[in-house]
Amino acid sequence: MLYDFSILTSKIHESLLAHCSPFWAMMLEFVIVGTCVIGLCVFLGVSFVYMERKVAAFMQIRLGPNRVGPKGLLQAIADVMKLLLKEGITPQASDKFLFNLAPFIVMIVAMLALAPIPFALGLQMYDINIGIFYISAVSSISVIGILMAGWASNSKYSLLGAMRSGAQIVSYELSAGLSVIIVVALAGSMSLGDIVESQRTGWWIFKGHIPAIIAFVIFIIAGTAELNRAPFDMAEAESELTAGFHTEYTGMRFAMFFLAEYVNMFTVCAIGATLFLGGWMPFHVGHLEGFNHIMDFIPPVIWFFGKTFFLIFVIMWFRWTFPRLRIDQLLTLEWKYLMPVSLVNMILVALIVIMGWHF
Amino acid sequence: MYIGTILRALNSLRKGMKMTGYYFTHHKEIVTQQYPENRKEMFIGDRFRGEVVLTHDENNEHRCTGCSACEIACPNGTIRILSKFEIDPETQKKKKAIDQFVYHLGMCTFCNLCIVACPTDAIVMGKDFEHSTYDRKPLTKILNKPDSKLMKGVE
Repeated sequence: MLYDFSILTSKIHESLLAHCSPFWAMMLEFVIVGTCVIGLCVFLGVSFVYMERKVAAFMQIRLGPNRVGPKGLLQAIADVMKLLLKEGITPQASDKFLFNLAPFIVMIVAMLALAPIPFALGLQMYDINIGIFYISAVSSISVIGILMAGWASNSKYSLLGAMRSGAQIVSYELSAGLSVIIVVALAGSMSLGDIVESQRTGWWIFKGHIPAIIAFVIFIIAGTAELNRAPFDMAEAESELTAGFHTEYTGMRFAMFFLAEYVNMFTVCAIGATLFLGGWMPFHVGHLEGFNHIMDFIPPVIWFFGKTFFLIFVIMWFRWTFPRLRIDQLLTLEWKYLMPVSLVNMILVALIVIMGWHF
Repeated sequence: MYIGTILRALNSLRKGMKMTGYYFTHHKEIVTQQYPENRKEMFIGDRFRGEVVLTHDENNEHRCTGCSACEIACPNGTIRILSKFEIDPETQKKKKAIDQFVYHLGMCTFCNLCIVACPTDAIVMGKDFEHSTYDRKPLTKILNKPDSKLMKGVE
């Protein structure tokens, strides 16, 4: 019923094997996949910039970009062109090697985390059996990139921003991880392909009773905090730290941080959609065969991107609604509220799984 | 107590999101104006301060007596009243009147103090704001129109 992308991918694999040795076939596949990932990242960056500005404008009773191209659609492209043409300045007193390396590390980490995400049936770069664990492990490396940028800039704003960002990501990783564990316990697997497959009869947010809903809310809050986005943007904090860890960056290297932030936002929302909202699985209701059949006609790619963009919209909605937290409020929220709640929640889910109360 | 705090917090967050969600879905609330295109039907608020104008009625008469209260009130010397003495045709007495009401728009901060100081309500704030020029000479304006006279009964 649903189109299986593995037919397409295996066809490409066969045709490559017919022309060259297995090694070169694999290399060519790497190149194809890499090109697709870079293309996806650029597409995401450009579309998110436009989406963010429009969403922000409408929520603040403004119009947003509307001069460059129809409805301002070319505004993001114009911004990218501007950033490409700008001079990339390296401050004289900075640690030049680390300063130039940091944006690439942040960007590479953002791209690596895309690897195990199932975009559609059979469209998955690497169905590793510890997929979700891999993502949380890899995404923690971005702290190193941020700290590197902050330290190498040799600027007080950058260093303060980087330290805050480090403290924030390290503490919020806990509750994000605990809410991920809830779905892992329910699905009985860490592989994202298996987790999606386990939601064929219904999404975990519906099947997992109230604990799954609590876990979903905590995951969204912790995810927003890990992305360093408002209301948790202590790392950037325009009003007190100018721009946080990327104060000293210009031109394309600044754009790399920006792009990495948006790709990370996509990753977090894609994981949220995969774990709680069924990934590319269409929306099915119990035994309504006719309704389920109609839902199957919508391709999985659209389901996946629809759910992901919905979560991205929710995160943008947070950003343009809530005031910023102070650093002590931020840590209070994590250690006094999110963390105990998710621990209790985890025990509840363990009970549900052992007693077999979930559907 | 602990649970209550969480529920109250969630409720207040819900209220905020309801507000922004309302604005996101109701585009008729948008207040932005498309400026260069809508010059004709542009809306400017009543309290907008564009420039100082000396109001004249249809008989080319103004209400300025030349008392210089605005000149004294102005914090940065934007206004200069050049007065003259003319003979009143009825009483044959010498009387002070304005010769030129000089207004340096380039120095004006639109603080509204001159309008507050004016005892006869001769000057008001106009709404025109397109003052940019290539030269600063046009910014020095003489506000009283040629051959304008003081309105009767103002003094």
